[in-house]
Amino acid sequence: MTSVRVLVGTKKGAFILTSDAARQAWHVSAPLFAGWEVYHVKGSPLDANRIYASQSGGWFGQVIQRSDDGGETWQPVGNEFAYNGETGAHQWYDGTQHPWEFTRVWHLEPSPADADTVYAGVEDAALFRSRDGGQTWQELSGLRRAKGELWQPGAGGMCLHTILLDPDNPQRIYVAISAAGAFRSDDGGQSWRPINQGLVSPWELPDPNAEVGHCVHNLAMHPSRPDVLFMQKHWDVMRSDNRGDLWHEVSGNLPSDFGFPIAVHAHEPETIYVVPIKSDSEHFPPDGRLRVYRSRSGGNEWEALTNGLPQHDCYVNVLRDAMAVDTLDACGIYFGTTGGQVYASPDGGDSWMAIAENLPKVLSVEVQVVP
Amino acid sequence: MIRVVMPMHLRNLAGVDKEVTLDVAEPVTLDAVLNALEAAHPVLRGAIRDHATHKRRAFVRFFACREDISHESGDYLLPAAVADGREPLRIVGALAGG
Repeated sequence: MTSVRVLVGTKKGAFILTSDAARQAWHVSAPLFAGWEVYHVKGSPLDANRIYASQSGGWFGQVIQRSDDGGETWQPVGNEFAYNGETGAHQWYDGTQHPWEFTRVWHLEPSPADADTVYAGVEDAALFRSRDGGQTWQELSGLRRAKGELWQPGAGGMCLHTILLDPDNPQRIYVAISAAGAFRSDDGGQSWRPINQGLVSPWELPDPNAEVGHCVHNLAMHPSRPDVLFMQKHWDVMRSDNRGDLWHEVSGNLPSDFGFPIAVHAHEPETIYVVPIKSDSEHFPPDGRLRVYRSRSGGNEWEALTNGLPQHDCYVNVLRDAMAVDTLDACGIYFGTTGGQVYASPDGGDSWMAIAENLPKVLSVEVQVVP
Repeated sequence: MIRVVMPMHLRNLAGVDKEVTLDVAEPVTLDAVLNALEAAHPVLRGAIRDHATHKRRAFVRFFACREDISHESGDYLLPAAVADGREPLRIVGALAGG
């Protein structure tokens, strides 16, 4: 019987929420890796039982966990993320150069082509790949040659937080880095170029032609149209129809175009979702009302989705990796908040329910449909 | 026989209940014990010391016979009471984080 598994990474452990395909009644697991920060948990698109988790903490560093039985049991795998060759340096807050230092893995992206291949986006920003199920990791260091000396950390650290793998072209990879921008490789990760033309941040980055330095919060892509990308930037929701070569703004009638996650409906490539946040200093929804906004036109025209979401006195945030969609019909939408709630909509966003209400601060949400 | 006491998170990672016992040849230095610990429990590599530099992680502390030896070098010769197993080497997660 088909079931749904929501993988939630939090500030103090991971949780697995499970339901049948109706997605009405949910079971919340006991905490996994209790006490550790779990930035991301994600399953292989080829094997629902293969799940990777990034477990980290200030005391004892980085651990990568792997499950081969759908999260029932876990084994630590490789945790050595050694930058390739000369470590090099990036810009520091005072304008000096600062050596790259590994802090943690923000995002794990299992390959859609090979169950043993998985990518890791890390802080300080770099992309690693494992071809042995996470046992060993090699840096794709060509990325840091894409003007890495000019990258500098944002308030959340200089993290590589988004990895999109083109399902039609295994040579094409997109990544996004705070606060450096978006980058694309067309040769399997060997060489990279910034893809930030059209992004505008007039106050923070006055040079309209700046190739890097853009604060990209999240990217999304529909697997049927991998040339079309959507972006939630620090401010502005953006769209590119040519693999990131040129972006244009599609914020339209959003109450705020600041936010973190962006997602695409599983069956409608022009239907996208964002969660507007008031501002970069007030990390909560406008007017204390938690609203997901949906555009059925690929941007510009947005409708508020509020049914079942708190519409007063709500001051939580939704972080960049904390929104996901399932592949059932109707498409399910899921997101988690810094207040520890996880909300689910089994009908594409028309109605919502809290499927967990009192978790630690939610850092990431992913979903699996288990046949 | 050397005894090593670790905090809960490291015990969980290593899959051990209480203290760990190790055979370490003389001279029993701090690095020799940590090397033996990581060899016996490879999952602890990177959790106590940096993978490449072997530098102690910032919020990990080492105690022997109630003395904080965290700032000693890897060549530091552990006290005789630790070397002969009467006292454990204690690896402690620093009080930090508010």
